[in-house]
Amino acid sequence: MAHDPATRRLRPPTTEAPFARYALMAIAFLFLALFLLLPLAAVFIEAFRKGAGEFLAAFGDPDTIAAIRLTLLVAAIAVPLNLVFGVAAAWAIAKFEFKGKAFLTTLIDLPFSVSPVISGLVYVLLFGSGSLLGPWLRSYGIEILFAVPGIVLATVFVTFPFVARELIPLMQEQGNGDEEAALSLGASGWQTFRHVTLPNIKWGLLYGVLLCNARAMGEFGAVSVVSGHIRGLTNTMPLHVEILYNEYNFVAAFAVASLLAALALVTLLVKTLLEFHYGAEIAAGRKH
Amino acid sequence: MDVRVSSLRKEFDRYPALNDVSLSIRSGELIALLGPSGSGKTTLLRLIAGLEQPTAGNIFFGADDASLKTVQERNIGFVFQHYALFRHMTVAENIAFGLTVRPRGLRPQKAEIRRRVADLLEMVHLSGLEKRYPNQLSGGQRQRVALARAMAIEPKVLLLDEPFGALDAKVRKELRRWLRDFHDRTGHTTVFVTHDQEEALELADRVVVMSQGQIEQVGSSDDVYDRPNSPFVFSFIGDSASLPVTVEGETIRFRGEAIGITPSTGDIDAGTLFFRPQDVVLPPPGEPALEGRLSACRRLAGTRIADLDIGPPGAPHHVEIEIPLATTVRTGASLRFRPTRWKIFPHAA
Repeated sequence: MAHDPATRRLRPPTTEAPFARYALMAIAFLFLALFLLLPLAAVFIEAFRKGAGEFLAAFGDPDTIAAIRLTLLVAAIAVPLNLVFGVAAAWAIAKFEFKGKAFLTTLIDLPFSVSPVISGLVYVLLFGSGSLLGPWLRSYGIEILFAVPGIVLATVFVTFPFVARELIPLMQEQGNGDEEAALSLGASGWQTFRHVTLPNIKWGLLYGVLLCNARAMGEFGAVSVVSGHIRGLTNTMPLHVEILYNEYNFVAAFAVASLLAALALVTLLVKTLLEFHYGAEIAAGRKH
Repeated sequence: MDVRVSSLRKEFDRYPALNDVSLSIRSGELIALLGPSGSGKTTLLRLIAGLEQPTAGNIFFGADDASLKTVQERNIGFVFQHYALFRHMTVAENIAFGLTVRPRGLRPQKAEIRRRVADLLEMVHLSGLEKRYPNQLSGGQRQRVALARAMAIEPKVLLLDEPFGALDAKVRKELRRWLRDFHDRTGHTTVFVTHDQEEALELADRVVVMSQGQIEQVGSSDDVYDRPNSPFVFSFIGDSASLPVTVEGETIRFRGEAIGITPSTGDIDAGTLFFRPQDVVLPPPGEPALEGRLSACRRLAGTRIADLDIGPPGAPHHVEIEIPLATTVRTGASLRFRPTRWKIFPHAA
């Protein structure tokens, strides 16, 4: 079909002039390079500044090993807890009608809107020496603040929205139809969850767990308040990085930091893969 | 298995979706629940299934009070409007689901399950598709998988919610005939919900016409079409026209004028006259009849439909009648007609 030269010059209505398009793209890329790629590269460059030997030596330090171990431990407790909580909360909100549902939904978002420092301070107020609970628990030999339980609590608090937020829109969109079908075929509640609900939400769940884990390992603010910064005991990786840096031990600081950066990159990679393969199934919750 | 519903009531947030509904379904019957949206037909189906609990009333399967049982215990086969197939399971796994979730003692052997699945697939004409996933099937195939899945548990009663609602017209017609045939072969007591009267009238042994949470009429297709017992059924099923009339002795009058028909019962003095567009004659001049101004004339397949305005020019009643194809009338001209079959419903007291 021959094009009229007059119409050929017209752009599709939603496209901008080439200049505007390239300018917008350039701004986006420059901005990302300046604020994301450059710092990320700097972390790795600093870590390897004195060679691979020094880099590896940083991980021989017992305090560093303790920090890595603590971070893994905290994530290993906080992530499963939030997985269970997230599924339960999403199930309740998406599939039932009850009083206070809107309130519960708002509460789940609370950690996103509150500064992490406040999240930490809440636990200091709850379990500190001036509180009611702290001394009582201490009389039974249970330490919360400046110990592992406090760090776990703060991490759980900060990371609990991730799984729930991912699942609520997904489960709302899916509705009750499949569950009703399973029940009508004689399946028990647990069988329905195990064979129908869980497979329907598994990619969204994995996505939420991934984000939750990344935050659990990387959380600084809330953990910093409750940890007490005891070397080798209550320092997580992000806290340990800060300590090493403040001691002018740049190579070690950046070496540990590079580990966290690597975690971020892996998370990003897995997240992209998940979105690529199961985009439609997790699309409902893709807004972080 | 015969099903009996007795004085059933269901409220959602204090709003009654179903109000004092009683219904007896004989074993092996194919029943259609027909009504406009919001009439409570799906609610009734879900109550029979046990997917909802009644506010009051009982449901009996045979002599058993099913309303005391959970959905799992009722052993019903439910086909959902959008099929609700498990998308992560193959066709075979979907059909086998009801058997594989049974407790160990009641669960058939694996080989037995495989055999049953193969039988069911053959019954719904889908042999060879057992390894497909639901998203690899057409709408009509999904529908039949959903039916096979429901049949796998050997249900006492088969319940279908808008079984053909999501299909295109051609597949819908095919499946309609196929379902009738399937029902005749298996002999299950079957209840299906539809808002499509053609579907209900063609398919069902008896049609339950519902409106505003209540049953208006239960009867065969002939009953509900030819002998509607309420203004709602008359106007809901098939095309109809209605006019306010008065009855004086042996004469039915519209706006004081005799219209040439006589009432069958004498105890009505004012009501609404209902008739169907095809049940009219054009009488010779001089005989009493209804008279209307032709506002439009349409050719519809093998017939001609006349749109008439009857009564005062300011607020006329609109009536559609069928007229012989050969009739030639100008728009605006007057046309006289007389219903041959009609019914008068007294004004609500």
